[in-house]
Amino acid sequence: MSYQSRHGSLLTEDARTRKRNRAESRFKAYGLTAVIASVLALFMLLASILSNGLGAFQQTFVTINIALPEDKLDKSGVRDPEVMAKVSTFGYTPLIRDGLVQTLANAGIETDQSAKALLGLISKEAPAALRYRVLANPDLVGQTVSMELLANGRIDGFFKGRVTMESAALDKNTSPEILQVAQQLADDGLMTTRFNWGFLTKPDASDQRPESAGLGVAILGSLYMMIVVLALALPLGVAASIYLEEFAPNNWITDLIEVNISNLAAVPSIVYGILGLAIFINFAGLPQSAPLVGGLVLTLMTLPTIIISTRAALKSVPPSIRDAALGVGASKMQSVFHHVLPLAAPGILTGTIIGLAQALGETAPLLLIGMVAFVKEYPEIGIEGFTDPATALPVQIFNWTQRADPAFVERAFGAIITLLVFLLFMNLLAIFLRRKFERRW
Amino acid sequence: MTLITSPLALTLLLAVAAYWLAKRRAISAAKGDVRSLAALPTAYGTNAALSVVIPAFVGFILISLYSGLAPRAEDVAPLSKTWFILVPAVLGFVGAIALSTKDFRARTASERWILALLMGASGVAILTTIGIVFSMLFETFNFFSQYSWTDFFFSTKWSPNFRGDSDLGILPLLWGTLYISFIALLVAVPIGLFSAVYLSEYAGPRMRAFAKPAIEVLAGIPTIVYGLFALVTVGPLLRDYFAQPIGLGDSASSVLTAGLVMGVMLIPFVSSLSDDIINAVPQAMRDGSLGLGATKSETIRQVVVPAALPGIVGAILLAASRAIGETMIVVLGAGAAARLSLNPLEAMTTVTVKIVSQLTGDTDFSAPETLVAFALGLTLFVLTLGLNVLALIIVRRYREQYE
Repeated sequence: MSYQSRHGSLLTEDARTRKRNRAESRFKAYGLTAVIASVLALFMLLASILSNGLGAFQQTFVTINIALPEDKLDKSGVRDPEVMAKVSTFGYTPLIRDGLVQTLANAGIETDQSAKALLGLISKEAPAALRYRVLANPDLVGQTVSMELLANGRIDGFFKGRVTMESAALDKNTSPEILQVAQQLADDGLMTTRFNWGFLTKPDASDQRPESAGLGVAILGSLYMMIVVLALALPLGVAASIYLEEFAPNNWITDLIEVNISNLAAVPSIVYGILGLAIFINFAGLPQSAPLVGGLVLTLMTLPTIIISTRAALKSVPPSIRDAALGVGASKMQSVFHHVLPLAAPGILTGTIIGLAQALGETAPLLLIGMVAFVKEYPEIGIEGFTDPATALPVQIFNWTQRADPAFVERAFGAIITLLVFLLFMNLLAIFLRRKFERRW
Repeated sequence: MTLITSPLALTLLLAVAAYWLAKRRAISAAKGDVRSLAALPTAYGTNAALSVVIPAFVGFILISLYSGLAPRAEDVAPLSKTWFILVPAVLGFVGAIALSTKDFRARTASERWILALLMGASGVAILTTIGIVFSMLFETFNFFSQYSWTDFFFSTKWSPNFRGDSDLGILPLLWGTLYISFIALLVAVPIGLFSAVYLSEYAGPRMRAFAKPAIEVLAGIPTIVYGLFALVTVGPLLRDYFAQPIGLGDSASSVLTAGLVMGVMLIPFVSSLSDDIINAVPQAMRDGSLGLGATKSETIRQVVVPAALPGIVGAILLAASRAIGETMIVVLGAGAAARLSLNPLEAMTTVTVKIVSQLTGDTDFSAPETLVAFALGLTLFVLTLGLNVLALIIVRRYREQYE
């Protein structure tokens, strides 16, 4: 191969240089494409979450006037909630139906739909809500109250564009005529879609009533688990790191511990679930679905993360600090606890928060220890709450993806937004702590 | 009432009393002049409190282990549990108070207790590993006593049936796992590697300040989010615009769906690991190559990447182990049908999916259909452990090369 242009001008590129420069810009373009692809993936992911999930924070409510006749709700007339509790939610359904028909008539909305079909406008949860309100305030009996009730999930879906006239025609749970009534109610201002706090505070609801399902139990369960993780993983992790970093002799036991920790950091999370099922539930007999067990499993899972970051924080404290402490007569233990540990604290805290964030989003191990169960009762506030059945945010998301009604998909994405907001705050806190307290030696 | 008489509360009460008494005794032994003591009075107190709490805790661990392992629960009377906690506590109490004399080196003694605590805490890592291995080994033995191991490892059929007579062959599950992981790596390795190279060698500070955190955000997103993204967005997209037009399948959950999404999940993992590794290559090597007239890309391809290759291979192995152990993405995106097929647009299933499906809901811990999950878990553990150890060895050896 001969290079004819070898003696060419420096100012004109020869063929070989052109080729090499082309290869260079090609390579650069590959790199740029890769970066753009990953950033694009992130934006697609976020766009998909936001577009699917923001609707979950909005809910359609209908305001109707309900007469509360004494002969139906409180025959005794003593207004004693315990006596009135005998009237079950079924006793309240006709009141809501009558109230709805009356409200429609007052608003001048004419419809040929039966009263029973019209009841499909309102959530199946509504009688329970009305009963709760009446039992909390028995003096309401005999009056006519105006009440804002959750609209049925299909009606809510209609205002959010999920349900259309065409799809309603094929749906046995609703019909285009009902949707027209809903539209008229909305035009009259009796049906509104607004921000729904219930999504964050209410417990889960059954398959038939997606509109009233909320994250209350899941958030509480996740909170309990994070308390367990924080209370166990932080002291254990810090103690183990101090030993390994400051005291451990150079022998095979230390090596064994170090190898173990780096391996545990890479063990698939589902394996921790199997461990939790076998040890904590089958062997130790702790209750299923309890935040305590979930917290224990997540503790073991986050421990390696916390140990690794704590050791890095301890290592970054310069030896001169230790030497100075030892020099004025402190013992090794005192030099560590009085001087090294406080200086490493911001780094340890940052690592712990990141470990907690990781634990908060973990799903797979929790599935195995029974946290997928349907839980409608809030766990007790206090110590007993740790062994009450509960669910967790990511598991609640998984749970909703397994339901048939598409309204639950919207709620699952809404739950994801909630989860991501929590994670965002935790990470921002970690970044803030790092910026504020980080010391360069 | 029960709270006050519970061994835990009693131990804590005893510890507080020990702290106070030991401190008092030390001060009175010094006849008011604390300077004549071998340690500060509080050190006496700390030592006494720890002498109560730590033996009691050890006793509690021992009796809990024993009552868990005992063949019959009646063997352990509830009272003996209390004794196992309180006797060591009282012994520690009496011993520490008796030792609290003028010349007792209380600080050294209390530091010995603390060191024991620190050692115990680092032992938790070993205990966890032992717990993982034994919890799975035990049930796996149970499983293999009911189901032939040759069928488990070599049968190509998976059809569990809770009425009995199931086929529990791992091969289709393993195939699905490896296929999905392969596709994930096919996405993650080039994108992750190229973005790491671009961001560390080409990108300007502004580009880096934006793109690097953006890629790291991908790493902080929980896997359930990726799973739902696969189920709701990517799956239907692939089905409507890809699978159905070319007639290869009509299922939203498929190997390709799960693989693509898992690939996105692994991008930050590959890129941050390779970033570290590329940065560890000494600048002198780059300068030497550039000085000889090589272009930047030639330097990267012929000098930096070959030098970093062992580390990059290690990073890829770690990513592979992540992909194999990933659960939520495949549970939501890959489907549940165990199938040995080459078509990436068909739904297949993985080892982790089957662990979840066999262990959730009402489970009977004597049926092979439940126990198989432990054998699957052990297989998964061994597989990922092998990859991790291999990767760690490679990465460690590579690091030594340039240090």
